[in-house]
Amino acid sequence: MSTTVVTTGTEGKTWGGGNEPLKASYGKMMMWFFIVSDALTFSGFLAAYGFSRFKFIETWPIADEVFTHVPFLHGQNLPMIYVAFMTFVLIMSSVTMVLAVDAGHHLNKAKVTIYMFLTIIGGLIFVGSQAWEWATFIRGDYGAVQTKGGNILQFVDTEGHRVALRDFVVAGEKERTAHERKNGLWFVSEGTLPTYTVDEVVHGLESHPNVLVRTQDINEHGHKTVLSREASLKQLKANGKQVVEGANLHVNEYGSPLFADFFFFITGFHGFHVFSGVIINIIIFFNVILGTYEKRKSYEMVEKVGLYWHFVDLVWVFVFTFFYLV
Amino acid sequence: MAHAHKLEILRGLIKFKSNTQKIWGVLILLSIITSVEVVLGIIKPEVLMGHVLGMKILNWIFIILTIAKAYYITWDFMHMRDETASLRRMVVWTAIFLILYLVFILLQEGGYIQDVYSSGFIKTDF
Repeated sequence: MSTTVVTTGTEGKTWGGGNEPLKASYGKMMMWFFIVSDALTFSGFLAAYGFSRFKFIETWPIADEVFTHVPFLHGQNLPMIYVAFMTFVLIMSSVTMVLAVDAGHHLNKAKVTIYMFLTIIGGLIFVGSQAWEWATFIRGDYGAVQTKGGNILQFVDTEGHRVALRDFVVAGEKERTAHERKNGLWFVSEGTLPTYTVDEVVHGLESHPNVLVRTQDINEHGHKTVLSREASLKQLKANGKQVVEGANLHVNEYGSPLFADFFFFITGFHGFHVFSGVIINIIIFFNVILGTYEKRKSYEMVEKVGLYWHFVDLVWVFVFTFFYLV
Repeated sequence: MAHAHKLEILRGLIKFKSNTQKIWGVLILLSIITSVEVVLGIIKPEVLMGHVLGMKILNWIFIILTIAKAYYITWDFMHMRDETASLRRMVVWTAIFLILYLVFILLQEGGYIQDVYSSGFIKTDF
């Protein structure tokens, strides 16, 4: 850094400037302090998640039953495998980043270039995986019915395996089509209508004696409560209000809508950090190629973006634990 | 720029010859911890389902393993091990104190509201 510090003739004096009591340059220290504040922002989100979860501890969705998909392996129940892969990709890109920093200390431009490139690739794989996770979560899998009280009723067979709405409900003639701006009030919009109506689901349940309703309540074994056949029919007929397929900010077929809200907010905020990290890495990557740091005789910029990149990995470790494991 | 790296982890149990070697060593450690977490998360051993301090033992294990991972990422990947003690304390103690405080008050409040919901006169099953 000495090359960027203006000499003023006051060196050696305590208050003369250029003094580094923490043995870290201004830029690096400020990156650390930014990381502290950003860590507090993320903790705020995760603590809010914990708050809502403790509030609805008896009905909160079980993450293992929500995130069970792996790309190219359709229809298989593989909880956590894909998130573990994503975690590994991010840790791996952290490793290539720290190797780039290490190569920078040895002023080895070729190695810094390669490792920065690998870091960017790792970041892109991670962001892509997260986009896929989002798409899968939004599309949903089995479908469910929301009650008047906002609870979610899911469907299982007698052995406890999940049953999708499409497997036992027949879509009939609809009395109305989805409202669009071009065929109605231009200032009113409406989302996609669900494939089935509640009446059709009731009819499907009546005609399939091996299908039962599963409520949100977690029993003493840590599983969701499955109702008896009579209770299933009664609950669906008395309280069923709306068919839910997939998840958005209003409804969520996996359980409490708050779960989806926090999922979108926390992983979205983290994904945004990864995305901006990739952009910053690309800028630094080009600076490395152009020889900016070679001329400066210092690769400290790589070290600073490295700190940010590791921080993104650090946050993911916590998101992984609190969203997918605990 | 600090060229001298401290090359010991686990309180000197493992000593590495170079910084690069240490990085790979830490990667192996982090991978082992992550695989333990994933395996425990999939099989969920019945033994670890008991409650300690209001939470399942399994969840406590997950949290402790996560903090261990965070430690190695910060100390070795972010080179906190090589910074001065004052910078390290400024960053780590501030964050840890504020986070523990926030988590404590929010979880306490969440638990209280849950208690009101379940033992009060609020109907949710309709």
